[in-house]
Amino acid sequence: MSSSMDVITQFLFHLVVYSIPLLYGTCGEIVVERSGSLDLGVEGTMAIGAIFGYLAGCSANSLFVGVLVAYIAGTLVGEVFALFTVTFQANQNVTGLTITTFGVALYFFMGNAMGEKWPVLTKADRMVKALDTIDIPLLSDIPVVGKAFFSHNILVYIGVLMAILLWFYFEKTRAGMRVRAVGENPAAADSLGINVAAKKYQHIMLGSGIMGIGGLYMGLNLGGTFEGSNCWINGYGWIAIALVIFANWSTARAILGTFVFGFFRTLAVYYGTLAKTFPKVLGWLDNIPSQFFSALPFIVTLVILIMDSVRKNKHSNEPAAIGVNYYREDR
Amino acid sequence: MRSILKKMLGVALAASLCLGAVACKKKDSKSDFKVGAIYINSQNDTSGYTYAHHKGITTAMEAAGLSVKDDLIIVDNVPEDDEAVRAAIDTLAGKGCKIIFGISFGYINAMDAAAKDYPDIIFSHGTGYLSNDTNFNNYFGRIYQARYLAGIAAGYKSLELGNNNIGYVSAYGTEYAETCSGINAFTLGCLSVNKDATVHVYELNTWGDIEKERQAAQILIDTYGCCVIAQHCDSAQPQLVAAEKGFFGCGYNSDMAVDAPSAHLTAPVWNWNVYYQLAIETARDDAKNFMSKVGNYYGGLKENFVDISPLTENVPAPAATAIATARELMVKGEWDVFSGVALSFDASGNMTKSDVALVTNDGTEIVAAGGASVEDGVITGSMNYFVAGVIQEQ
Repeated sequence: MSSSMDVITQFLFHLVVYSIPLLYGTCGEIVVERSGSLDLGVEGTMAIGAIFGYLAGCSANSLFVGVLVAYIAGTLVGEVFALFTVTFQANQNVTGLTITTFGVALYFFMGNAMGEKWPVLTKADRMVKALDTIDIPLLSDIPVVGKAFFSHNILVYIGVLMAILLWFYFEKTRAGMRVRAVGENPAAADSLGINVAAKKYQHIMLGSGIMGIGGLYMGLNLGGTFEGSNCWINGYGWIAIALVIFANWSTARAILGTFVFGFFRTLAVYYGTLAKTFPKVLGWLDNIPSQFFSALPFIVTLVILIMDSVRKNKHSNEPAAIGVNYYREDR
Repeated sequence: MRSILKKMLGVALAASLCLGAVACKKKDSKSDFKVGAIYINSQNDTSGYTYAHHKGITTAMEAAGLSVKDDLIIVDNVPEDDEAVRAAIDTLAGKGCKIIFGISFGYINAMDAAAKDYPDIIFSHGTGYLSNDTNFNNYFGRIYQARYLAGIAAGYKSLELGNNNIGYVSAYGTEYAETCSGINAFTLGCLSVNKDATVHVYELNTWGDIEKERQAAQILIDTYGCCVIAQHCDSAQPQLVAAEKGFFGCGYNSDMAVDAPSAHLTAPVWNWNVYYQLAIETARDDAKNFMSKVGNYYGGLKENFVDISPLTENVPAPAATAIATARELMVKGEWDVFSGVALSFDASGNMTKSDVALVTNDGTEIVAAGGASVEDGVITGSMNYFVAGVIQEQ
């Protein structure tokens, strides 16, 4: 049995490692929603990014190629979504759901088609090496939290950095403001000379590409095995959509939301260990049925959504034109 | 006009996106003996529970001279829901199946009811406990015997590493006799070699969460210092984790040396085809006497229905001798796992038998020293305690 401080470090480490895909999914969805589109295809987009990114990364034995292909695969899915919803004015919800169904099915189709030829992650040694943990100097030496927060693989750091950069983009730059204008009132943005369709295309594709990278992360984090009946994404895409509301459409707040949600997910895995390590303080955790812990992340999501709808109108940053297709000739 | 065209194009594209697969109608074959199967997951799976059964049925049919393509009718992805199972049974009955296999435990009530409505069809239910006298049986196996053998391999590995902590990732614990007897048998196997071994059990409370299976193995290694990770769950995640961290493990269901060659010792495996061939041939040749000839099937090492995958080179040498000795005793029916007689193996694999009571981890005596094995009904239905040596961690 490890020391109690080690257990806390391990708990926090797990929390970060298994929550990062949510951050990619949530940030991707925020980028899409900021331009005024509601994309329910996150799960499918992540699945497609995951499978193609993984297969490409393994065959090239390069993490960079894997990430690039995952991103490109995601943007292509985003392009399909944009083609339907922006150009053809199709219903966004239906198109998104179709993409989820299609994406997850394509994931299984590809996996099954590979069969025995499925690439083993450990054989792609350079890709595995590129995923080694990187200790951030000084910070990783801090007791307890150092190893938990500052000793991770490169995709974790990129995810957090991306969230901060996107926050800066939407809040502080002129280009980002223009995108928000499209999401709030496309007709007004149009009258100011902003190309609404182009902005929507760009950001749906950018956001979907980010989701694709999140999908690849999930696959790599699960050791790259194809399990015939379980998709790597495992519902993360849906949680990401809910987290967008929790994050109030801010990618910086998405970091917080990801870790709050991740805390409850990790608790479901760790409660027995925590109860044994801290019998006096946390021993009561063992008396709660495990099903409650499994349900907890979803109960928390539900509470957040209810709280959000109660305080709506006051502080919500929800883009006003979200989910509504913009048809120029209706102006 | 252009916008109408665009919309039509959009509809056409959407339709083509949605059409993932086109159903094909199967041709009628020459043979009139049809086998029906109801699967919990997809028939196209490449690993896991449904895959193992599908492979068993197809292997058995080929051995019995039937055509898998023409004579096997499958309804897959059927949830454990009475109405869904009934619909699948009606479909298979309508297509003329003479024997219907249902592989998942939760199909039990629907199959029980259908057996009364279709007296001419034989219903065969995997892992269940219901049956009747004419056309409804259940089948399962003494996988605990194979788990005991895997425990011996794990015990030798723990001795070699000088680490008495062994981990076990299990979908459930004492709630199901199947998982419970597996944990106990594995533990007794470990203890037969390393009497100081402790088996730390992590219960997932689900069958289908690969991420949790991975995290459980990480916790067992990181927090509890386990050096061998055994498992009773579907995916190879626990073995992958053991490999990543430089430790060892015993898989389940298939030879997981394929997934984690540097870590794997051996895995308890099922030879489902052994039963399926018996059932299919009896149903075809002598359906009237199916229940007297096959009945409720509970095969073990003796029937070659359960086994362990080949020992890898990660397994210390004396384990092979010890495993062969224990296997022979079980094949001959001279000894069984849950009895008042314990086997113990020394460093070179030599066995000694001694009378030791079978005791739970809270000190309750189950079988007195020298006593006979517990009844099969206990192993399949009512075992709800852990033996001494097991610690439930979550």
